[in-house]
Amino acid sequence: MSDVQDAANSRAHKAAMPKITYMEHDGTVHTVEAELGATVMETAIKNDVSSIVAECGGNCTCATCLVHVDEQWFAVVGPPSEEENQMLDTAFEVKPTSRLSCQIKVTPELDGLVVHTPSYQGR
Amino acid sequence: MNDTIKTDVVIIGAGPVGLFAVFELGLLDIKAHLIDILDKVGGQCAELYPEKPIYDIPGIPYITGNGLTEALMEQIKPFKPTFHLSEMVTTVEKIGDPLFRVKTDAGKTFETKCVAIAAGGGSFQPKRPPIQGIEPYEDKSVFYAVRKMENFRGKNLLVVGGGDSALDWTLNLQPLAKRLTLVHRRDEFRGAPDSVNKMRALVAAGDMDLKIGQVTALEGDDGQLAAAQIKTKDAVERVEVDAMLPFFGLTMKLGPVADWGIKMDDELIPVDTGTFETNIPGLFAVGDINTYPGKLKLILSGFHEAALMSQKAYHYVYPEKKLVFQYTTSSTSLQKKLGVA
Repeated sequence: MSDVQDAANSRAHKAAMPKITYMEHDGTVHTVEAELGATVMETAIKNDVSSIVAECGGNCTCATCLVHVDEQWFAVVGPPSEEENQMLDTAFEVKPTSRLSCQIKVTPELDGLVVHTPSYQGR
Repeated sequence: MNDTIKTDVVIIGAGPVGLFAVFELGLLDIKAHLIDILDKVGGQCAELYPEKPIYDIPGIPYITGNGLTEALMEQIKPFKPTFHLSEMVTTVEKIGDPLFRVKTDAGKTFETKCVAIAAGGGSFQPKRPPIQGIEPYEDKSVFYAVRKMENFRGKNLLVVGGGDSALDWTLNLQPLAKRLTLVHRRDEFRGAPDSVNKMRALVAAGDMDLKIGQVTALEGDDGQLAAAQIKTKDAVERVEVDAMLPFFGLTMKLGPVADWGIKMDDELIPVDTGTFETNIPGLFAVGDINTYPGKLKLILSGFHEAALMSQKAYHYVYPEKKLVFQYTTSSTSLQKKLGVA
């Protein structure tokens, strides 16, 4: 395989499997590859990020998958929808950059995303 | 004290699996009472994903949580089950061979030949806010539900939350309270617009206080609150309060199941896969709350488990009778029970 092809493959790979870093409140750091179109919550569950509870399984009805999006990434990820904001009302430790991770879909633009998890998801 | 309710099977949990158990038991002439902590049937289907589609119910390519609940209620109608909603089972005690005494937090007592635990992920209970040192105040001056409004007359009340529970109790308790303060994280409310308008009118008239922020600390003695610290956008305020009512929705907790003498395995109940019986004869566990080699937490698994459980329950309810397996397609006797023959 040529170097050019290698580089192209590497770029394609990067787009196909963006990396997400979860920084848990206890200091545990997980950097994992995410599937495009999956949610940041699903990716956390698949990779045993234990402070993401996701009681409702991704239906935006329980607010137990809260993350604080890293400040530098918040503009890329964007703000919550009104439906999500209503669920954030039942979460704790909510900050201006907080989101429910089940409502963030993994896109190529999120490659390198950093999120922080709260100390308490309500249970 | 109410009279003891006598029945064949008490089903704990009125989610899809508890509801379908009524059908399978009913076909075998076994009567059931269902008890659920929620104020509605459907369990997680109703509470967590009422409008979201489920794609893996056999023979039904697509149905919502509410749709499935409604369909199951229609299916079990011929068996006239009795529902006890907004009640939590507190104790299950073996008093015979098999015979159980089941009690609820509403003061009801059941005597039943069998018990089926279909409690899914446990019971839905109020979320507890992470305020340090809140535990000693709970049930003394911090309440997650209002049992008797009179208890709050003449008191300084702090209601926390932005949904219908918070707004409804704000409106109901404001006339009784000495002073009522509502705290919510943002100046938008997800409750019914009419309630929001009424609340805003009370605030505008100076009859209650609204603070946008969060409760960060509590002060008091011996479980009796004296004050709460509220952090708003640009200040930290101290508000005198006699009672606090936080409404942050529900979360699933295992609840009292662990205290009933059943063998547990990491918050799940191991069962025999031929009968779905626990280590206690006559006490069954079906659906998400049980565990066995290869267990999948799927509604369809719970349906299968309910059918097999019913076969075993029959032997406890009718020990002298022989059970003949029949199909609803061809058995006149089953069709009569379903009201279609």
